[in-house]
Amino acid sequence: MLSTSLLLICYLVGSVAFILGLKMLSSPKTALNGNRLAAVGMLIAIGGTFLFYRNSNGEPLGNLIYIFIAIAIGATIGTLGAKKVKMTAMPQLVSLFNGAGGLCASLISIVEFNRIISSNTINQISTGFLLILIADLLIGSVSFSGSMIAFAKLNGNIKKVTSFTGQQFINFGILILIIFLAVLVVNGSVNTSLYFYAIFSLALVYGVLFVVPIGGADMPVVISLLNSFTGIATAFAGFLYSNQAMMTGGILVGSAGTILTLVMCRAMNRSLSKVLLGSFGAKKTATGESAERDYKEISVSDTAMIMNYAHKVMIVPGYGLAVAQAQHACHDLDKILTDKGIEVSYAIHPVAGRMPGHMNVLLAEANVPYDELEEMEPSNDEFPHTDVVLVLGANDVVNPAAENDPASPIYGMQILEVDKAKQVIVNKRTMHPGYAGISNALFYEDNTSMLFGDAKNVLEQIITEIKSM
Amino acid sequence: MQDFFQFITDNEQMIYLIILMMFLGVEVISQVPSILHTPLMSGANAIHGVIVIGAIIVMGESDANNYLAMSIGFIAVIVGTLNVVGGFVVTDKMLGMFKSDKKNNSNN
Repeated sequence: MLSTSLLLICYLVGSVAFILGLKMLSSPKTALNGNRLAAVGMLIAIGGTFLFYRNSNGEPLGNLIYIFIAIAIGATIGTLGAKKVKMTAMPQLVSLFNGAGGLCASLISIVEFNRIISSNTINQISTGFLLILIADLLIGSVSFSGSMIAFAKLNGNIKKVTSFTGQQFINFGILILIIFLAVLVVNGSVNTSLYFYAIFSLALVYGVLFVVPIGGADMPVVISLLNSFTGIATAFAGFLYSNQAMMTGGILVGSAGTILTLVMCRAMNRSLSKVLLGSFGAKKTATGESAERDYKEISVSDTAMIMNYAHKVMIVPGYGLAVAQAQHACHDLDKILTDKGIEVSYAIHPVAGRMPGHMNVLLAEANVPYDELEEMEPSNDEFPHTDVVLVLGANDVVNPAAENDPASPIYGMQILEVDKAKQVIVNKRTMHPGYAGISNALFYEDNTSMLFGDAKNVLEQIITEIKSM
Repeated sequence: MQDFFQFITDNEQMIYLIILMMFLGVEVISQVPSILHTPLMSGANAIHGVIVIGAIIVMGESDANNYLAMSIGFIAVIVGTLNVVGGFVVTDKMLGMFKSDKKNNSNN
């Protein structure tokens, strides 16, 4: 009895730590402590389970050695992976960890189901319990296989966006089939196990089909959505065990993840259903005619000259900057210009990089203070008063097609209106279209000049030039 | 239908908990600036790793001779721990890099 109360207290403390931690994660000043607080809460909840958990016969947990070995393996891989990861690869890692959580949820329901089958008590189990078990299996598996595909896509293992006509119908059909099988399992027919594993396989297939047609630029939304799926699966698993810590943690993440997904959709001005149904970026060049127009090139020394005599410079960083590992060079340029009394700030699109807020992390890595980073709306107010906008490896987030070309796949997304500035200098390696595979009319504007070359290289040259002026 | 109502009655507290938590989750997150979206997502990711408790219970209650349950449970604990530990460590690493202008100046 005492241990039950102690366990409840541990879970209560853990849950409160999750809530406070998540709350603190939403402000830059408290975020670091918030994350640590949530981690301590997790430690208390897990530790409490080891010490105070008792099953219905009052026995404590067994197989402790094996559990500890498994924890040691998981913790080692997790720590190494987290320590070694490059900031550019952050989205992949997040979806990998998310997939791990989803797999965990579906494995739990498989073991639990086998226990029910082997003890032959399926007829005594309530319908609600079975349904939750199946829901846990379903959502966990979808989250797992979906996250793995998302991982492969972000990691560049899968480059193609695969979509075929009728895909939505197939997905819908699979869902119907799963519901049908779930009804069979709940009604306790003869081949219950067979149906259960059929649901498992179908759910895995569904996860794959669900993510495969979603294009590059929409991946962040999908990661966030899958994140909330795993949260919901966790909550279902918590329901199975009447475990409050799992319930609160799961639901909290599930609903927070859903909100975050919607916030991101709003930032891109796309509805969630469009993200999920439309294969973004599958069409190659909707604005094909612009590819034949002329663009202007600018040299490094001219760029340095223009910047040196500017009053206000805004930098628009994109994923290309991070790939070139040019964040530090970028910060150096920023410092030199600031020392010369030139106003420098960064305009960050909410979906710059490979996941929302990714660019902020990448610049933070290069010690750029976060107060210099401006969000989209204030930036758009400032562009008309800006002398030079330097676009570094960003493409889709500055593409005017989003505003004026209804045929473009990114039409409707809010962009950084860099063309309002007096002069726009775009650094790219080549004229190739961006991650979403769409050509960019900005490059052919009268006030745009192209500065070709590797971002890091070019920035270092500009710095040398400005220093010598 | 009888089953359904019975289920609601049996799990009244749990259902309340779920609904209140849903509102809380929405409330807690709705004010977050876009600068923190990545750490927030990865921190939330770590929190749902609490699923590992379920995996620990599953394995702890399995019969040690039931190899299938033991091995599935073993994998579940590994991936669950991976989710928790990896998630918190990587979020910590990311947030450690965020610096404000003020802090930077005092360091120099």
